[in-house]
Amino acid sequence: MKIVNKLALSDKSSNPVINYLKDNAGTLIGLAGLTLILSVTTTMFLAPDNLFNILRQVCTNATLAFGMTFVLIIGGIDLSVGSVLAASGVTVVILLERGMPCIPAIFIGVLMGAVFGLINGLIIAYTNMPPFIVTLATQMGIRGISYIITSGRSVASTDPQFNAIGNGYLGPIPIPVLMVAILIILSSVILNKTRFGRRMYATGGNIEAATYSGIKVKTVQIWVYTICGILASIGGIVLASRMYSGQPTAGNAYEGDAIAAAVLGGTSFNGGIGTIGGTLIGALIIGVLNNGLNLLKVSFYWQLVIKGIVILAAVYIDILKKKKNK
Amino acid sequence: MMDEYILQMENINKAFPGVRVLHDVSFSVKQGEVHALMGENGAGKSTLMKILGGIYSMDSGKIKVNGEGAAISCVADAQRYGISLIHQEICLANNLSIAENIFMGREITGTVKGFLNFKAMVSEAQKILDSLNMKIDARTRVGKLSIAQQQMVEICRALSTNARIIVMDEPTASLSNKEIENLFLQIQKLKAANVAIIYISHRMDEIFKIADTITVLRDGERVGSMTTQELSPDTLIKMMVGRGLKEVFQKVKLNIGEDLLKVEGFNNQYLKNVHLNLKKGEILGISGLVGAGRTELARAIFGIDPLDSGKIFIDGKEVKIKCPQDAIQHGIALVPESRKEDGLFLNQTVSFNTTISILEKFIRFIHTDHKKENEILDNYINTFSIKMSSRNQLALELSGGNQQKIVISKWLATEPKILILDEPTRGIDVGAKAEIYQMMYQIAQYGVSIILISSELPEIINLSSRVAVMHEGELVKIIDMETEEISQEKIMYYAAGGWNNENSK
Repeated sequence: MKIVNKLALSDKSSNPVINYLKDNAGTLIGLAGLTLILSVTTTMFLAPDNLFNILRQVCTNATLAFGMTFVLIIGGIDLSVGSVLAASGVTVVILLERGMPCIPAIFIGVLMGAVFGLINGLIIAYTNMPPFIVTLATQMGIRGISYIITSGRSVASTDPQFNAIGNGYLGPIPIPVLMVAILIILSSVILNKTRFGRRMYATGGNIEAATYSGIKVKTVQIWVYTICGILASIGGIVLASRMYSGQPTAGNAYEGDAIAAAVLGGTSFNGGIGTIGGTLIGALIIGVLNNGLNLLKVSFYWQLVIKGIVILAAVYIDILKKKKNK
Repeated sequence: MMDEYILQMENINKAFPGVRVLHDVSFSVKQGEVHALMGENGAGKSTLMKILGGIYSMDSGKIKVNGEGAAISCVADAQRYGISLIHQEICLANNLSIAENIFMGREITGTVKGFLNFKAMVSEAQKILDSLNMKIDARTRVGKLSIAQQQMVEICRALSTNARIIVMDEPTASLSNKEIENLFLQIQKLKAANVAIIYISHRMDEIFKIADTITVLRDGERVGSMTTQELSPDTLIKMMVGRGLKEVFQKVKLNIGEDLLKVEGFNNQYLKNVHLNLKKGEILGISGLVGAGRTELARAIFGIDPLDSGKIFIDGKEVKIKCPQDAIQHGIALVPESRKEDGLFLNQTVSFNTTISILEKFIRFIHTDHKKENEILDNYINTFSIKMSSRNQLALELSGGNQQKIVISKWLATEPKILILDEPTRGIDVGAKAEIYQMMYQIAQYGVSIILISSELPEIINLSSRVAVMHEGELVKIIDMETEEISQEKIMYYAAGGWNNENSK
């Protein structure tokens, strides 16, 4: 075997945009193909209203999926995001209806998500219980809390300021889309630019090596689950605003879409691999697919079947691609 | 006579995208011989054996078993021709019994197809175990066995397929001396039963003890085949790497200073009242049998395993070390024993791996100083001539020796005063070993004190200025080369607990 002695500066292009396109070529082509098919088969798809509608719908899933990407990168999983979303949503609406001003109510909602995430993180870091089981349990528990707070009924929101968050525009851009744009930047910066981001990849890549390298892996785990909880609560607050109500049943099975988006986007289930940019494309694919199937008047039941098949196919293609590279 | 060869591999060629791994390699094995396959990592040994075992396909070439052409395209094909591979890593299911492991994939079924005949499997398995003098019940769960016993189960599995050719890839890597003796005994028995054994190992002494014939590969080509009598260790090394034994251990004079680290009365579940001192700039060897507490001592110093009692002094001042972060802050670094499991982030780049412990030096909030990161990295790449295609190459693509250099560099980057190396040359070839030894001298000359834990006595004797010997969690003897003579026998005497008898006299 010959080893190249000369040090190439880097085998990647120095242009981040080109790298992004190269790394996500498969899913981007998929997304483009899907868009093309839908623009030919339906008249409505390309209408600006519809496109904004898709983006607005994608926002909730994208927000959850970014948190999920973080958790998957450190080799964990969080099944409780849908429940946290519901709990934060109903809490904020109830506080508003009792007369609390918008900003403090939202702050408490986000804090609630942080506390739930912190609890997940503490249990996982200090008890060695598998994250799947821990968050399955908290998923049930937190869902129960939402039912208890609301006695199982949805709570209508009459606060115009709050309702504007999910439905309003800043210029031509829907506010939730703007928020997701900010989250994309923040999350990418955390993952790529900070020490914390590198330590996340290290923890998920090889937890033993991370420990030996002097990384406080427990601290990393606790923070990441807390961040995931915060993102889930933000998703819940925006969703509640968009629906003009806090619903204790909201976000049921949303963890599935969030995991699907992350995995479609190239995040590894074994930890150590994943990007926010990839997850974004994954979330867009799921959003476009949902919207397109609605436009094509496919029944909801068949939509689930088709989504399942698409996810399997996409992940399998990804695995084939990686095999080829080896 | 052609038919005395049980296996002939002729003009085998194999290339992976961009690299030619095997170039016209021919390799023949006689019935009932132990044939050692030698060469540095990357020489093509494993690839050749994987082609034989049906794991890889060859690009061109011919394989003959018993003089007849054999078409091997999958593992089942290889088994049909009586070829069985025992991999370096043990591939057994810990949750199943010995019998179930032996017959995994070839379970014996009863009168009703699809239902297991557990009784028949157990009795068959027991027969094989008995034939190898293994006094274990075939119903024992594999997870309860020692590594050596698990290795034997692998051999039993090979035998149960009626293997006529058994390939053993570094079978002794995780065995103690006694277990190795036992393995060799079994190999003699297999030989007597006319089974051919292809034996891959990096340990010279083993090869000369057990092999009848030695074939050496270098850079994907066959250098030659000779009987063991014709070869001396020195010629063998020259064939493998193109340089002699003297050049492997090039003694360098070290400037040894005052005590830097002092360990007093370390006690925990693995250690019994361990006292140790380490001088500035010295290489202190720690020897002992597997399980004597060497790794555990390192883990205790580094703050991974908690102490029941004990004090640690650095530069004469007592320090508290409760976790690896504390140890790093006090200038201690630990290169763990298994670089793949505890040392490396295999899916990450060389750059990521080298700098993960010193992110503070070049990442401030969200600003990454890539120039500084590259400077740090290039410094180590050049000083230790680490071979890679780019800074962004993944760690898993590097050879074992270069991987180890990366792990050591990662720790040097923290600018430690004390470097603990646990089995730094395990599983790497002679050429890379020599480079790691050079690297250690370079580090020690720079004033860093090194604790070297190693099972290879030549390594301990040739590199260390003092040797500490451990036995069952106790540090029983420190041999100072300045004032005392040292030999492998002397170390083994203390390691095996000989001092106990001395005390009772």
